Formats: sequence, structure tokens, C-alpha cells
Amino acid sequence: MAAQDVNMRVWRGDASGGGFKDYRIAAGEGMVVLDVIHAIQAQQANDLAVRWNCKAGKCGSCSAEINGKPRLMCMTRMNTFQPGETITVSPIKTFPIIRDLVTDVSYNYEKARQVPAFKPKPKEADGTRRMFQEDIDRVQEFHKCIECFLCQDVCHVIRDHNDNKKAFAGPRIFVRLAALEMHPLDANDRIDLIKEKAGIGYCNITKCCTEVCPEHIHITDNAIIPLKERVADRYYDPIAKLLGLFSQKNK
Amino acid sequence: MAEEKYETHEYDVVVIGAGGAGLRAAVEASARGARTALVCKSLLGKAHTVMAEGGIAAAMGNVYPEDNWKVHFRDTMRGGKLLNNWRMAQIHAQESPDRVLELEEWGALFDRTHDGLILQRDFGGHRYARLAHVGDRTGLEMIRTLQQHAVHKGIDVYMECNLQRLLLDGGRISGAFGYWRESGKFILFKCKAVVLATGGGGKAWKVTSNSWEYTGDGVTMAIDVGADLMDMEFMQFHPTGMVWPPSVRGILVTEGVRGDGGTLKNTNNERFMFNYIPEFFRAETAETEKEADAWYEDKKNNRRTPDLLPRDEVARAINSEVKAGRGTPHGGVFLDIASRRPADYIQRRLPSMYHQFKELADVDITKEPMEVGPTCHYSMGGVRVDADSTATTVPGLFAAGEVAAGLHGANRLGGNSLSDLLVFGRRAGLYAAEYVRTHEGPVTIDHGQVDRYAKELLAPFESKGSENPYAVHADLQDCMQDLVGIIRSESELRKAIEVIAQLKERSVNLKVEGNRHYNPGWHLALDLHSLLTFAEAATVAAIERKESRGGHTRDDYPNTDPRFAKINLIVRRKNGDFTVSQEPLPEMPDELKTLLEEKT
Repeated sequence: MAAQDVNMRVWRGDASGGGFKDYRIAAGEGMVVLDVIHAIQAQQANDLAVRWNCKAGKCGSCSAEINGKPRLMCMTRMNTFQPGETITVSPIKTFPIIRDLVTDVSYNYEKARQVPAFKPKPKEADGTRRMFQEDIDRVQEFHKCIECFLCQDVCHVIRDHNDNKKAFAGPRIFVRLAALEMHPLDANDRIDLIKEKAGIGYCNITKCCTEVCPEHIHITDNAIIPLKERVADRYYDPIAKLLGLFSQKNK
Repeated sequence: MAEEKYETHEYDVVVIGAGGAGLRAAVEASARGARTALVCKSLLGKAHTVMAEGGIAAAMGNVYPEDNWKVHFRDTMRGGKLLNNWRMAQIHAQESPDRVLELEEWGALFDRTHDGLILQRDFGGHRYARLAHVGDRTGLEMIRTLQQHAVHKGIDVYMECNLQRLLLDGGRISGAFGYWRESGKFILFKCKAVVLATGGGGKAWKVTSNSWEYTGDGVTMAIDVGADLMDMEFMQFHPTGMVWPPSVRGILVTEGVRGDGGTLKNTNNERFMFNYIPEFFRAETAETEKEADAWYEDKKNNRRTPDLLPRDEVARAINSEVKAGRGTPHGGVFLDIASRRPADYIQRRLPSMYHQFKELADVDITKEPMEVGPTCHYSMGGVRVDADSTATTVPGLFAAGEVAAGLHGANRLGGNSLSDLLVFGRRAGLYAAEYVRTHEGPVTIDHGQVDRYAKELLAPFESKGSENPYAVHADLQDCMQDLVGIIRSESELRKAIEVIAQLKERSVNLKVEGNRHYNPGWHLALDLHSLLTFAEAATVAAIERKESRGGHTRDDYPNTDPRFAKINLIVRRKNGDFTVSQEPLPEMPDELKTLLEEKT
């Protein structure tokens, strides 16, 4: 198949403002949106700002909104669009614009810093650490996260209410918290943080985060809901509350 | 004063690069009490390590109790065609199990054996199943674990900050200088020690598994301040990159596919690797398909499948098959695991390969073979370092990971990179901190030099030329791909030197559009300096090694030559010109020599 011209509408600008600019460019066989953005950059707009690294869905750098849908540009094939369709690429909306398709995602790094670190339990008597595959399967699902922040981007709690960012950590951080809470060797307690500082109560489980996850992590069902249950057990279950006076947490 | 002119920070140790080696170095330097900064070109957690798939080689003996550091040492040396620095290979084999277990202490979750220990998988050139792994996304697990550990240790991280020049004070390191990608403003670090952990320069080739970051920055910064480079002629072409569709050409297909039972086939449906077993590996390689298949389950009574010969051998074999007309129409060969392993096994062991082929190539690897071919992947050469301390030949400058030379000799075994990052990353941090402790007294910044560097970095904006940096980069990639590829010859290498010289001239006339605010065109214009330096160093060394060995194959000198068997090529720069000199390998102690001679 020879290269075909495609119509692209790309957001250009910075924090002070900007708008969509149209480009017509040749797209070869098998190309993804990121390839086309790179072609525009090389041939028509050398200064078009875009983040990328692996080009294979492994690093989570090239998040954008393609025809309004939060996607990885490197995993969005051009042949999924109608011939002749104009494809719109804009920066992820929830974070402040730096330039063109690049946004300031430092919020996610700040929230990550607030998560108490992994703290290992003592080793086995023979000096090893034994864990069984069936006990770590659910945690390994969370470790697949590539930190593309699309779940953060699509989450209504912060997408539509910037003020909530102070009190709410977002789905990515809940996945991280769930990974730590369910880690068979971890001895830290983060339930208070999950309720208070991370603000899990804000989440009303609309599952938008799960829908956009390029790693297909069941964010709502496997991470957020179990964390909500742990918070409920600690704070709202009268029997557990009583027992909680005598024991540490329930892993 | 420059300190007022440029944003300035003062540290003991500045680590450049935040992949596995940089993160591990920063963790160690900081733990040893050094005030440490970690500086990286991308966001934290996006470095090349995140793309590593197969695993971390460490002789833990969890699957095969027979395994130990001596066997790992032997495999590494033989994989490197005995050109490795023996001491680095020894340290690496001895220390990597501890480094893997340390990751577990920091929260990493590796796949498990039935009795709850870290599972280990087969890989090319390794005698035993040795790679600690997490499916086929081991690098992600490693970088995330290190990243979170570093963040919780309170290490200062400068993200999307690109350091381009090192500063000297009387011949020793005094700082580093570069720019913030976001604002384009300059940033100056004053420090006594710098750890280079910048990776390789594979972005100088066209078909490559490397990202935009792999522009040879570390090698260039090092030679710019007079450090020695070594083994630059050895470039690893990974045998299995994607070949179709064209837009994904070069993206890595993990060796784990073959480790988990996949085989290479030509269009005659022949497992051609049996025709390419070199004499050097004949005694330890299976001769029949039956023996090769039995090896996966029983390593005591069978020899390793030739599909898992070291990467240089497999890449050359694929190249030959395609040249002989037995390749696919897209110029690759078939990699088949679909007919050999059940679908659920493939999806569990190789989830990211399954996903990658399904999404990018419409291929279901549980039902159809993949099409694969060689892709530029890894630089064995780099900055010359002291084996124990990772110190370069410039006082205060250390290097670890892909940017450093020595451990892998003429060819790296799969899995030995992630372990290299951990083992020598830690050592770089340790010895950089130690250097700072023992070198009292302040260093001073040469402000005139900083001003000259600032002017150089802004030159593309002032230029009256009209060269597009993307076009110059594409021409360099074509040059290296065509003339300094898997198979080389004197005439083509000399032609490459001419082309690189023309590209250097063109790069004086680069023009960038726009302003300094997050401007990739400007960033690439600056990276061309390091890409061209890396390419030229690789080419001049390739001319001088008149033999074929590991990741350096010469059409005009097709055999190994005993005269080059004990020689490293050292690249230096004098008055702007590269020089190449031969230096003898360090002499290996007798007790290690006997390990090499032991039967398989």
C-alpha cells in the first residue's frame, strides 16, 4: 500500500493560549498516530512539542486525546479511522499545558511521593522470601501500570474540578496503593492515608479509568473497590473497630 | 557571574540518566551520605530500562541448583568472545544475585517457582535458566521499584533536564551544564563527581529498538573532556526486531520468545539455526531438533538449542537467510511459538509481545508466526572504566550501564544488561561518593567556559543556514544502517567517514524554528553533536579491527584473528581528530582461565 495523505488537526499553543492547526501529510502502511505526528514534526513543524519514548505501549509517555478519546498515540493505528476523516489530536485535558501536546503531569509525581514506601516483613527462617504465584497474581496486575496517566486524565473528580486535586490522589495512585496494600510482604499501613489524604471517598466508581487503561488493569474492580472496603472495615464497621483496638491491620 | 546568570545547583554527586544504572547509582551515592542529584532527559520512569523485556541474569540457582557465579562468568566471557574485561565479568557474576534480591526487599514482585522463590527463565548463551523476570515486562518492574525507592529516599530528581557538557577544574570534574527542556533555560550543576548513566547511541541507526533518548550523550560528554572510549566497534544487532508493518520496523521482540520455546524458521519451514552453529559453540549446542526440544526440560542430558546461540550469531544467521532468498517478502524470517506452546502459556509468559503484535501488526502470536529481523539494539563499547570502581580516565567522572565499556566484550548476552545496571550502577554510586569524601577542597567553575558552552547551545537559533535537523538525522541513520551495519567492509566504512564529515558540515548550518520553550527541533539539533560523535567513534574503531568478532563482522576479514584476540581498541580525540590505539586486555588470573576451559 502506498502512502496516503491524511488530514490531521493538532492543538498548538502554550499556557497562554492556542488552537488547532490543520496539517495534511502522507501516512504509510501500518502507521500509528504518533508516526504521523513525527512526520509533521520532521517535515512541517520542527518545533511541534510531543513526548514519546518506546513507541510500543510500554513507557506511557505519548498520552493524548485523539478525536476526544484519551489514548496512547503509539498504540492508535491510523487504519482504525475512516478514510478521509480528519483526526484531531489534543493534549490530555486534566493537566496544565506546557506546549502543544506536552502537559505538566507533576501532580502525579507529587501524589506518588506521599505514598508511604514498601516496608518488608522479616525474612523466613531460612533467609529467603517465599511468595507463591497465586498470591502475587493480583498485585502483578497493578504492577503492569505504565504511568501514562490516562486514568488520571479521564477521572471526573479532577478532570472537571481542578480544586479536587489537593484532596484526591486519583486512580493511578489507588492502583499503587492497592499494589502495596496487597503485597504479601508489606508491613506498612496506609488505610488512613487512603481515606484522608488520598481521598478515596471522592471516587464514585464510574469506571472511566478502567475503560481507558491501555494495560487493561481492572482499576475500579480490583484496586479501588477493595481499598474502599478496607477503609469501610477500619472506619465504619463497629466490630472491626473494636478489634482494631487490639490488632494491627488485616492484610 | 555565571552563578547569577544561570540557575545553579551544588551537589557532591550528579548522576546523569535515570534508567536502571542511574537510579541505582543515585540510591547508593545518597545512602553513602553524598548530596546527590539525579538528572534525566525524559520524565522519571520512562528511560530505556522500562522497555527491557526478558529478565535479569543472576546465578541464583533457584531453578538449576547447579548454577553459580562461575558458570555465569564463563557464559558471559564466551558470549563476549573472550574480549570482556575479566574482572568486570567476575564482579558482575558474583554480585548480581544480591542485587536482584535487593530489588525484592524494595518491593519488586518477580514471577515465582513452585516453592515460592524467584523463577528463572532460559535465554541465549546462558547454560542454565537464569533470568529473574516478570512475564516479558521485567524492565518495567525494575525501573518502577528503583524509581519509588529513590523517591522515598528523598533524592532530588531533575526531570526533562538535558545535560550536554561536563566542566573541568584543573583536569578533574567540577560540574555539568545543560538546559531544561520545558523552558529552554540553562542549568548549571557544580559538583565534584559525575556518574554517566546515559545509555547508548543506537538512534544513529535507522532500524533500531532505541528511543529518541539514545543519542550517545554520555560517550560524547566523556570524550569531549578527554576520557578514553573503548570497544566502540562492537554494536549489538538484536536478532529479533519487528519487520512489518514498516512503521514498527525495529521494535524489539524479546529473546524470551525463544527462551520459552519459540524457534526461527525460513520460508522453507526449516529451522535454519542448525546450519549456523559455529565451531566455538559446537560442543555445547544441540545438533538435532529432538535434542534441542528436549533441552528445555532436561539440561543435563541435552545441549542448548541453536535458536539460543548468542545474539551476534543469530543476527548474522538471519541476515544470511534473507540474503539467500529464504526470507519473508518483508525481509525477515519467521519466529514461531504458536505451533509449539499452548495459547494460554504464551499469553501468560509473553503478554506484552502478544499485545504488541496484535495491536501493531494484526498478528495473533498464539496462532501465527511472527516476522522478525535484526535491529540495532545495544552498544557494547563506551567509556573506558576501571573494573572495580567504574572510574573513567577523567578524575571525578564515573560511568555505569550501557554507556560504559568492558563487561560485555564483543557481544552482550541477553539478560546481562539489567544485571549490569544494578551491579555497576551501585558501584558507581559507591565510588563516586567515596571519591567526593577523599577529595577535599572546593572545585571552581570556569565561567568563561560555561559562557562558551551556552553560546554553542544557542547557535542553532543564530544560524543563517537552512538545514533541517530531522533531515540531517535521517541521513545519518541511512548512512549508519547501510555502511556501518551488521556486515561491514573497509570501503563502506571509509565511505561512512566521508558521509559523517559532510553531515558534520551540514550540522553547522542547522536552522531551528520557534523559540526555546519545549522545542524538539532545537533539542534534536543539539543531540546531533552527540549522535555524530558516537557514529564517528564507532566507525573509526570498526575500520581498525580487521577481523570478525561478536558484534563486529567484516566481509573483508570474515574470521576471528588471533592478533586481535587480546586487544581492545581505545578511541581518543586529539585536536578534533579521533585516534584509535590498540591496548592489550588485562591478563586474566589462572584460576579464572580454567573456568573458561571447563566443558559445558
